[in-house]
Amino acid sequence: MKFLKAAFFLLALPVVLVLLWWVSTMVNPTFFVPSPGELVGTFFDTWFGERFTNDLLPSLGRLSLGIIGSVVVGVGLGLLIGSFRPLRQLLEPLLEFFRAIPPPVLLPLLMIVMGVNWRMQVFVIIFGSLWPVLLNTVEGVRATDEVQRDTARSYGLGRMARLRYLILPAAAPQILTGVRQSLSIALILMVISELFYTSSGLGFTIVQFQRNFAIPEMWSGILLLGLIGLALAVLFRYVERYILRWYHGLREVQRES
Amino acid sequence: MSPETTTPVLLVEGLRKIYPAPTPQAEAVEAIRDLTFSIPQGQLVCIVGPSGAGKTTLLKCIAGLLPATAGRLELEGKAITGPPKTMAVVFQEYGRSLYPWMSVQANVELPLKAAGLSKTERRERSTDALEAVGLSDAADQYPWQLSGGMQQRVAIARAVAYRPQILLMDEPFAAVDAQTRADLEDLVRKIWKELGVTVLFVTHDIDESVYLGQRVIVLSNRPTVVQDDVTIDLPDERDQLSTRSDPRFVELRHHIYGEIQRAKGNRGGDEQAASA
Repeated sequence: MKFLKAAFFLLALPVVLVLLWWVSTMVNPTFFVPSPGELVGTFFDTWFGERFTNDLLPSLGRLSLGIIGSVVVGVGLGLLIGSFRPLRQLLEPLLEFFRAIPPPVLLPLLMIVMGVNWRMQVFVIIFGSLWPVLLNTVEGVRATDEVQRDTARSYGLGRMARLRYLILPAAAPQILTGVRQSLSIALILMVISELFYTSSGLGFTIVQFQRNFAIPEMWSGILLLGLIGLALAVLFRYVERYILRWYHGLREVQRES
Repeated sequence: MSPETTTPVLLVEGLRKIYPAPTPQAEAVEAIRDLTFSIPQGQLVCIVGPSGAGKTTLLKCIAGLLPATAGRLELEGKAITGPPKTMAVVFQEYGRSLYPWMSVQANVELPLKAAGLSKTERRERSTDALEAVGLSDAADQYPWQLSGGMQQRVAIARAVAYRPQILLMDEPFAAVDAQTRADLEDLVRKIWKELGVTVLFVTHDIDESVYLGQRVIVLSNRPTVVQDDVTIDLPDERDQLSTRSDPRFVELRHHIYGEIQRAKGNRGGDEQAASA
């Protein structure tokens, strides 16, 4: 019963919207919008053939590298900057400036400097999605509880032990908030980095379809990007639930009292 | 108990602590003016004082967490410059002192891990310590799943497993209910006897200090000096009911209460109060 209720709330609106869409394409067929059935057929034909290995996998590969890179660099730099007060004070204005630069405007510059290749595309993704992770990590490290710190010091925990057992877990809720924001930025930048002067990838393919008036195929690309975004969000939720199981439990206890 | 005959494990001499003004407009705060006392090996000493007497400041200085402004702090003859290896601290805020991302057992074992003990030795010590505080069943739980009193027991188990020479406790039972508090007091006495460890127990509760201690050091109001140093000549076996109704207990309690009342009026060096 509970399961049915959950399934209802999950699916009710999507089902209604698809039905509306279906009815409207039946009543009023237009060249620019395929029917749901047509789109599903096109979706499988378009993406589960050659394009799967030529476009989809390379895009996903660059996206993964970009996300991993931004998390590693963001957390690493964030721990460093957050741990040293003078460093933080020195770098904070600069970081705010870098964060304020819209990453797509770096593309023209990077094309000249690095050329158009997967390294440049990954770099753009990292540069754009790094900031939420970095700034949240700095904030998380800075906000580590004083008694927790005193405890670590009084029991003689060394720098590495403190990092591993105190600072990183204490900052984890903040860090993961940053990662969540980074994921959507990374997906956007993956597409944008594929729009210019490339010959493969999802962004490239979608623009290609649009230029050739392959409208259903273009729609199927948009659908695919939506599904990738959704998959990332779901995956993130599982990872977050696992890493922060203590945090959610603690919060629940605090809410009850 | 005559501290002079045995070598002190802890020596505090002329301790002074001034918190510098946080802003140019604000005034510096003289938390401790001049504290001198020493504690011999194996003694259980309570420190009481009116609220705001700098008890926590004193404890943090001894723990090597705060630098003293002036004076000498020595543990086993060596100056305290940072947190000493042979010292364990039980903080008042158990909820913040235990790490919520670790199980109870992992919390108890963390200092041992940092000290480089093997896994089997860590497990052995943590299991023993949790048993000593009556929490064997809670080893795999998270601290926040336990009641406040149980959490403070975990913090005590962590200190016990660390096997310190000296145990500092900063108002550890201020935030637990009365019944739990009585149990925890007896636990501290039991652990002190079994381990032969030196205990420095800071509290604002006069009854608690007399019930627990072999000796009670009374601090004055801020800026703090030693107001009185009382030897608690009660029998070694203490019991929540009979000890607390012992005429001598009542007498000592009255004496210390009077000293604290006097301390509230006595501001260290009298009229030359904090004008730093």
